[in-house]
Amino acid sequence: MADGQVAELLLRRLEASDGGLDSAELAAELGMEHQAVVGAVKSLQALGEVIEAELRSTKHWELTAEGEEIAREGSHEARVFRSIPPEGLAQSELMRLPSGKVGFSKAMSNKWIRVDKSAADGPRVFRVVDSMEDEVQRRLQLVRGGQAEKLGEKERSELRKRKLLAEVTLKTYWVSKGSAFSTSISKQETELSPEMISSGHLHPLLKVRSQFRQIFLEMGFTEMPTDNFIESSFWNFDALFQPQQHPARDQHDTFFLRDPAEALQLPMDYVQRVKRTHSQGGYGSQGYKYNWKLDEARKNLLRTHTTSASARALYRLAQKKPFTPVKYFSIDRVFRNETLDATHLAEFHQIEGVVADHGLTLGHLMGVLREFFTKLGITQLRFKPAYNPYTEPSMEVFSYHQGLKKWVEVGNSGVFRPEMLLPMGLPENVSVIAWGLSLERPTMIKYGINNIRELVGHKVNLQMVYDSPLCRLDAEPRPPPTQEAA
Amino acid sequence: MPTVSVKRDLLFQALGRTYTDEEFDELCFEFGLELDEITSEKEIISKEQGNVKAAGASDVVLYKIDVPANRYDLLCLEGLVRGLQVFKERIKAPVYKRVMPDGKIQKLIITEETAKIRPFAVAAVLRNIKFTKDRYDSFIELQEKLHQNICRKRALVAIGTHDLDTLSGPFTYTAKRPSDIKFKPLNKTKEYTACELMNIYKTDNHLKHYLHIIENKPLYPVIYDSNGVVLSMPPIINGDHSRITVNTRNIFIECTGTDFTKAKIVLDIIVTMFSEYCENQFTVEAAEVVFPNGKSHTFPELAYRKEMVRADLINKKVGIRETPENLAKLLTRMYLKSEVIGDGNQIEIEIPPTRADIIHACDIVEDAAIAYGYNNIQMTLPKTYTIANQFPLNKLTELLRHDMAAAGFTEALTFALCSQEDIADKLGVDISATKAVHISNPKTAEFQVARTTLLPGLLKTIAANRKMPLPLKLFEISDIVIKDSNTGAKNYRHLCAVYYNKNPGFEIIHGLLDRIMQLLDVPPGEDKGGYVIKASEGPAFFPGRCAEIFARGQSVGKLGVLHPDVITKFELTMPCSSLEINVGPFL
Repeated sequence: MADGQVAELLLRRLEASDGGLDSAELAAELGMEHQAVVGAVKSLQALGEVIEAELRSTKHWELTAEGEEIAREGSHEARVFRSIPPEGLAQSELMRLPSGKVGFSKAMSNKWIRVDKSAADGPRVFRVVDSMEDEVQRRLQLVRGGQAEKLGEKERSELRKRKLLAEVTLKTYWVSKGSAFSTSISKQETELSPEMISSGHLHPLLKVRSQFRQIFLEMGFTEMPTDNFIESSFWNFDALFQPQQHPARDQHDTFFLRDPAEALQLPMDYVQRVKRTHSQGGYGSQGYKYNWKLDEARKNLLRTHTTSASARALYRLAQKKPFTPVKYFSIDRVFRNETLDATHLAEFHQIEGVVADHGLTLGHLMGVLREFFTKLGITQLRFKPAYNPYTEPSMEVFSYHQGLKKWVEVGNSGVFRPEMLLPMGLPENVSVIAWGLSLERPTMIKYGINNIRELVGHKVNLQMVYDSPLCRLDAEPRPPPTQEAA
Repeated sequence: MPTVSVKRDLLFQALGRTYTDEEFDELCFEFGLELDEITSEKEIISKEQGNVKAAGASDVVLYKIDVPANRYDLLCLEGLVRGLQVFKERIKAPVYKRVMPDGKIQKLIITEETAKIRPFAVAAVLRNIKFTKDRYDSFIELQEKLHQNICRKRALVAIGTHDLDTLSGPFTYTAKRPSDIKFKPLNKTKEYTACELMNIYKTDNHLKHYLHIIENKPLYPVIYDSNGVVLSMPPIINGDHSRITVNTRNIFIECTGTDFTKAKIVLDIIVTMFSEYCENQFTVEAAEVVFPNGKSHTFPELAYRKEMVRADLINKKVGIRETPENLAKLLTRMYLKSEVIGDGNQIEIEIPPTRADIIHACDIVEDAAIAYGYNNIQMTLPKTYTIANQFPLNKLTELLRHDMAAAGFTEALTFALCSQEDIADKLGVDISATKAVHISNPKTAEFQVARTTLLPGLLKTIAANRKMPLPLKLFEISDIVIKDSNTGAKNYRHLCAVYYNKNPGFEIIHGLLDRIMQLLDVPPGEDKGGYVIKASEGPAFFPGRCAEIFARGQSVGKLGVLHPDVITKFELTMPCSSLEINVGPFL
């Protein structure tokens, strides 16, 4: 009988019943498995207020398989007793009987039988009494008849020890009519089926990445190529006017490569201009006045920021004459040889936006940031002076965190230094504004994840991936993302 | 970002007023500082070592203030106060003067032996200084902050400060064999040779970090006075003989290093900060340094530089409309004394020796913007008109991701860095055959190489999720890195998928390949740029259950049932089939 039919039957019985019915009794009446009735109860419960079901648990005694056999055919000891003829039976023969071993020792202790060890052809067993009462069988028959309560506690436990009886807890439902009781069930259309859940899922961090890409595209930003994890120190640092003794270039902060250790191809005339700007100045700058070394610039590393890709893109832009204004963005992996903790991994994703045009101002940078963060659902912004080696002016972006009741950093931004742009060959009156933030931080806040390892990498909890909702950055009211200073 | 710790009450006393914590936090924010933490010595000790140890410690309130990494002039209480007072127009920026001594000038002679190890030295004298305990502590603390930051942990510059009254010049800066250097260092009771000291300091938690700078050099730098007293063995330790105390009145300062520019900046910072406590405030006594070539220079330089910036340039860069006079006033508040000159649009700015961070007009523009107040600037949208384009490889990746999920596979995001074992041993390949790029300074084995295949990451993801109901169907579309003879190294965009269940599911992975090819509009068959699979083999695959995928006339990847050894090595217990292709050829 299908589930639906049982449920219908149950509802009809319930309609006719006086107050309610017991699931076990119903199963007995219908002559079906109790489990089938329970299934029907559960599927009806899922519909809401059609029925009310109260779980009741009752304990009762049941015979084990062996107990059943004994109730039917008598205890082992009785069977042994009966099999002994008046002239006795060889013990070896008796032991071969099915009930032999157990029955023999029990019958002995009941003093129903005796053993004559002096018999000619080995020990022989004789009856001691003429008849006996098979108490065990009688008691088991009582239990089978549903009269277990007539037995004393001691008798029951003795039978339980002999594994003839077992105490069983039966969970039944007392079913009564619910506030929306009806005998006709309408099947809901929106049931979650196994097929629906077994479909594939997108990773939450990459769902957020898609949204950020979308936001940039909506704002007219073109995506920069970032498909080179390996970068030279030149593009990662020198081109950005980051001096060669800068702490970020330390072994403790950056992954350098053993193989291939050095970048083979660098645009040498541009390299010369960069070298001059660092060591002697130029383009209106004092420079850093130190001995700039090409060997240091050739050192290969895992890029520490995607700004290296922005530098390459701006250099390519500078080679195109006449200059055309651009808006660029990128979101990709960067690598830091840092101490790892619950919010820091050796690799993470950086989001970067860049605008290059004639006459861009700090006010423009703030205006673009306002639009960008509004699309993330963050409207309360504040800007703090900061220091970055390759931007001047620089500003950290703060947003008011409703939960923490304080201003938290959500990004870093600035205007690229002329010492970075002019050696590339960009026109003097072109300004380039830029900002960056991490992808992981807003994602962790959005999906309520405290340990970054549960989000990124192989230790991810797939259940979290399966269950994560859509990413709608501007939709719901929620605390804004925060970011640690890079 | 360096953090400076100052006593709150001392700070307020010097500022001439008190602030609530919120008010001071606000002031910091405006000026580009960050009030990082409000604490006390007691709290710090109790946090680090427990309440018992903290029992006797001071509970004077401390402000921990984050200072921008290029503002060496704000690394001590004296500098912070001066910067804020000028910013708030409560005082005028002091003028620092170098003066000649009444008697003989102090001389430091550099010998040529220093050339190979630490060639530069500069020096100056602070005359008739008056320390208190707090001032003395601040003086020591500033040296430490400079050592950690601009001095790059003493590698570029090391500072030595000495009680001049215990010494007699001229001084000699030379380099000697370690066994020939012998003196009583700071905080020790007897003399040691340099060799002995280097050994002793190996267990010194503070000094052990600096030993590497000279450790393996044949000659160590050392400074003597005319009686052969050792002033210091830079960059490790000073001599005990000339140690300064709260009662020291005359201080000889030497900075040695490998970067001349930075040595000069460091000296300028120390003397400008602490000449405040000299009898003649803000004056510094000159010292003469004779270089090995015989030329002599006088230090500190305390150079004031003039820069000329047009007012409309500042207005244009910031996006404001201020009069030149107002802009000059704003800059003066940032410790950059400025006045309007010439045609009334030119601003002449004087860069003091404390502001070594000002190296370009853009630095001046920033200071004007800070004084104006970042949050007072009108936000506007640039009129830059552009048409957006996606990077083609990422565009294709985005499209494919969604259809991979629609095909029932769940997206994983695994690390680009991994161990050699992951991409070689565990897949039955020798590392030399992988063409992987190798990292020279990994802190752990997890970061030895960049991945050459996405498969290990997916298998590790399954291993971490073995408790999840089967089957597990995962994919990832991301970059791998291969060494390349032309460019050094190159990223390739790979698509990898795995099926993990009680049965190997080769037909499922094969079906997925067919689906991917359908999505990419690549027909089956060898003609017309279609795709075929050909029986193949690979150490990662079960023999006879591996095929190579050819599409558009080239090999693009492999699929098959993984070898039991691979499955075991990734701590898996069920059969698994996989597919990995290079997406690039389908652009």
